[in-house]
Amino acid sequence: MNATPSLPGLVEGEELIFSPPRSLTPVPTHYCPGCHHGVAHRLVAELLDEMGLQEKTALISSIGCSVFSYNYFEVDALEAPHGRAPAVATGLKRARPDCFVFTYQGDGDLASIGLAEIMHAANRGDKISIVFVNNTVYGMTGGQMAPTTLLGQKTTTTPMGRISEDCGYPMRMAEIISGLDGTVYSARGALNDAKNIRQAKKMIRRAFEAQSTNSGLGFVELLAGCPTNWHMDALSSNKRIGTELIPVFPLGVFKDNGFAESGKGGGK
Amino acid sequence: MEDKKIFIRGNEAVCYGALSAGARCYFGYPITPQSEIPEMMSKAMPEAGGSFVQAESELAAASMLMGAAAAGVRAFTSSSSPGVSLMQECISYMSGSQLPAVIVNMNRGGPGLGDIGSAQGDYYQATRGGGHGDYRTLTLAPSGCQEAHDMMIRAFDLAFKYRNPVLVLGDGVVGTMKEPVRLWTPSQINSHAAASWQVSGAAGREKHVLKSLYLLDGVLAAHNRKLQEKFAAMRAETEAECVETADASLVVVAYGSIGRIAKSAVRLLRSQGLKVGLVRPITLYPFPDKVLQDLAEHGKKFLTIEHNCGQMVDDVRLAIRGYADSDFHGHMPGAVPAMDDFIGPIEEAARRTA
Repeated sequence: MNATPSLPGLVEGEELIFSPPRSLTPVPTHYCPGCHHGVAHRLVAELLDEMGLQEKTALISSIGCSVFSYNYFEVDALEAPHGRAPAVATGLKRARPDCFVFTYQGDGDLASIGLAEIMHAANRGDKISIVFVNNTVYGMTGGQMAPTTLLGQKTTTTPMGRISEDCGYPMRMAEIISGLDGTVYSARGALNDAKNIRQAKKMIRRAFEAQSTNSGLGFVELLAGCPTNWHMDALSSNKRIGTELIPVFPLGVFKDNGFAESGKGGGK
Repeated sequence: MEDKKIFIRGNEAVCYGALSAGARCYFGYPITPQSEIPEMMSKAMPEAGGSFVQAESELAAASMLMGAAAAGVRAFTSSSSPGVSLMQECISYMSGSQLPAVIVNMNRGGPGLGDIGSAQGDYYQATRGGGHGDYRTLTLAPSGCQEAHDMMIRAFDLAFKYRNPVLVLGDGVVGTMKEPVRLWTPSQINSHAAASWQVSGAAGREKHVLKSLYLLDGVLAAHNRKLQEKFAAMRAETEAECVETADASLVVVAYGSIGRIAKSAVRLLRSQGLKVGLVRPITLYPFPDKVLQDLAEHGKKFLTIEHNCGQMVDDVRLAIRGYADSDFHGHMPGAVPAMDDFIGPIEEAARRTA
């Protein structure tokens, strides 16, 4: 494992008071400017450090922009087929119950092609954690419509905007997953401003505690910006999350079975 | 497990073999004619300290298998033809990511929903990879219950030796017939250094990343070359049963349950003076082409018999090209053949050679 990278320019008498999480690999990412994957990665890595999970973690990466998350998390990792990450996580967790297993999935992966896998993993109450990044589009393939695309939103496959008569409605996954008995925690946060980011971290912590306390499946949805495929600058993309996404995807905790907190700073 | 004989179905023999081989995870989905396997594993796996999951689909079962394989744990799944089609996604990923797992297919009639009887229509799928991309899976073809048991033990060792999925391709006959089976346990299980690659938490070592995505120019090419070298190395595992081929003028080629029925026909015709022999491929991939080529060089004629419309006959013809050709007799999926069904075709092929 890589130790905390030593920072250049630190001279005698100076004290290191802040450094990147050990669970993040110190390399540049391929994510676009203004994309929130970097923020989500950071929060997850901080929690792996704080909760002492790094050395027992298995990351299941999924298909989409975050397929390369295994390049950025300094943990063991496995690349799952499109949508199958929760089933792959189930297999790995059953084989090695001592591992901390989490999936990191986008909205096309989890809510479209992988809907059966997430529903049944949650319904079984598998002791795994799900980090679900919802930016309302297929990012890597060029901004096509996702199950979470807003009504009226223009994408490369809804050039006139998403119309419910043809394409149905945005799926609220955190609420859907909260309705299954095997889910012990389900929440939705957003990554568009400091207040929401702090709240999102508490939610991820709780989704991780669902597993570390062996309680059941923990699910956290994170509303994220995709400036490239939204055809916006980063600031406008942050604003859109507040003005357009949150009214359709309300923030909050939809289920918390009250399982014990592990470590300090639990996030109820 | 004690060294004794018990009277069990092929599907049960698969389970006993897997447990003796150290399998500790099973993921599956019900489908005829192999549902005894998930049923038996649902009891036996927890008793063995392992894990059983009835998956929501064969897609998910194969995905769970991939997760357990990545953890370096001996795991398997089973299904029948339509279900195995759904597993092809993960079989390709597992081969691309170099993960060891065992997949049992109790082949039934196709195409589509077909029937629930025995057939050999999945030969192409089993021996050509089956999913997308350039990969192969080692494929073992049991002809009865004892072989089904023993091949599971061998399959797990081969999967870890080559870090690749291994298929055990039975059929409805092998899965559902009952025979006496000698249960045995290998004296030791070789992990083939799984700890050097498995995903199990990176405590005290560099992180392990198991993946099949290689985007940079030339990197996937190098990965494919490495895989091809591995598939070529699997040729060392080639195996076939040869029955009275030395002085035969006609060699029948048949595998699995059909190979066994053909063996009875060959023995009967031998007793009547017909110079006929049998080659029964035990590994379908790698295919025993050298065995067949050697026989072809000695002037033999060939008849391939399959429980399908003609698939393995392609491999027979490739093996003997330049020396001989092969006749073909296909017993249509939809009905189980008896020995008598093969007597006529063998005699006819023998007459043509005379």
